[in-house]
Amino acid sequence: MKWKQVFASSIGKKIIMALTGLFLITFLVVHAYVNANVLFTNGEENFNRAAHFMGSNIIIRIAEIGLFAGIILHVVQGYMFEISNRGKRANKYAVKAGNATSTWYSRSMALLGTLILLFLIVHIAQFWVPSRFGGLEEVTYDGNLYHNLYARMKAVFSQEWVIALYLLGCFSLAWHLLHGFQSAFQTMGWNDKKYFPVIRQVGAWFSVIVPLIFALMPLFMYFGWEIPSGGLTFLF
Amino acid sequence: MEHYHMNLTLKVWRQKNSQTPGNFETYNVNDVSSEMSFLEMFDVLNERLISEGKEPVTFDHDCREGICGACSMVIDGRAHGPWGGTTTCQLHMRAFKNGDTIVVEPFRANAFPVIKDLMVDRSAFDRIIQAGGFISVNTGNAVDGNAIPIDKDDADKAFAAAACIGCGACVAACKNSSAMLFVSAKVSHLALLPQGKPEEKQRALQMITQMDKEGFGGCTNTYACEAECPKEISVMNIARLNRQFLKASIEEE
Repeated sequence: MKWKQVFASSIGKKIIMALTGLFLITFLVVHAYVNANVLFTNGEENFNRAAHFMGSNIIIRIAEIGLFAGIILHVVQGYMFEISNRGKRANKYAVKAGNATSTWYSRSMALLGTLILLFLIVHIAQFWVPSRFGGLEEVTYDGNLYHNLYARMKAVFSQEWVIALYLLGCFSLAWHLLHGFQSAFQTMGWNDKKYFPVIRQVGAWFSVIVPLIFALMPLFMYFGWEIPSGGLTFLF
Repeated sequence: MEHYHMNLTLKVWRQKNSQTPGNFETYNVNDVSSEMSFLEMFDVLNERLISEGKEPVTFDHDCREGICGACSMVIDGRAHGPWGGTTTCQLHMRAFKNGDTIVVEPFRANAFPVIKDLMVDRSAFDRIIQAGGFISVNTGNAVDGNAIPIDKDDADKAFAAAACIGCGACVAACKNSSAMLFVSAKVSHLALLPQGKPEEKQRALQMITQMDKEGFGGCTNTYACEAECPKEISVMNIARLNRQFLKASIEEE
């Protein structure tokens, strides 16, 4: 069987969803790690330095191309798969089983994904675009110039509609991950009765912790909260 | 268990053939015994329709003891009705109470066209089996069945997968009309045994190719199939099928 046939098959399409999904999950870990800086003392400088590293390191810049490719592939393939699957039952049931046989979020991956995508478009326009194409203030640490992304965040996260949109994005992400994490392992065949409970547990914790860290960021900025770190710099 | 009688309202899908659109007809069925099976209740309704000179409701059935996989029906949105681990013929009227309205529909999927009323054409499953759901055996003397030692755990898993009766409830329950649970059960019950190993790569690839060709959807791991399967086939078989398909894709030219 040729690779073209493999990826055109129903399992092949799912393998693309699983691999891109797992890649995006690893990105979430890095992103949440960098974000966590702003929750702690001296968050402004630490975050700006971390963001500078992410924007200037050649390996990370190359990975960024892969990241955009991964997002586009995951979104396009996801929609195509959803449309194709919806077309497999022309006559719908009059009565639906609903939550009796499956969870609502496992059936709503396209809807949750769409909400995440809408959030993502606004998010990229607010932060990624100005940091790559200019429009940010600059700040000096140890005689070097850095983009003041922190100041940008302060400004962006002072608007209520932005906070609401970001919370909706994090909420959607949590449910999307709760199904997607374990689903990726199942699709790749890395699953058995012995490992399923562990995969599900890890996935559930991941789905709570990572979106929570993301959600805390706009809330901390809006309300001016801070976790005292006792003078320790958190990450960088 | 207490024996009681009930009066029911049935909303039954009536459809002349796959070419004509169908619709729901309402029937009142009175004095139904709680000890009847769901199909016996339909027998009572059909006897009455015949005596009234009307067309009886067509539905699939054969063994009526949960092993043939012929009976189907989606009852109040649930394939094989509200009970877990049973077929429609094993569903008994004690699952309902006096005054209930029950909506009965055929298994709905493009790959399962309606033949008439509640009877659907599930021959797509046969063609998937023909594509690779078998082992090739040389003619000659019968081989001693116990000549090859088989790991007990593998034998148990193969046996559990072989319990699939091919009824199609997995397809009916799946939001994508996917046949993955069926295919995975058929692949697993052969691939776990030494006799099934020589053809495992071709089997996984060809059965999936045929499944896609028949117009079934893809799996999105909602696990509704496992919840509705009358033989409680595990979705871990789907993981095994995915593993086999991936391995075969990498190795086969």
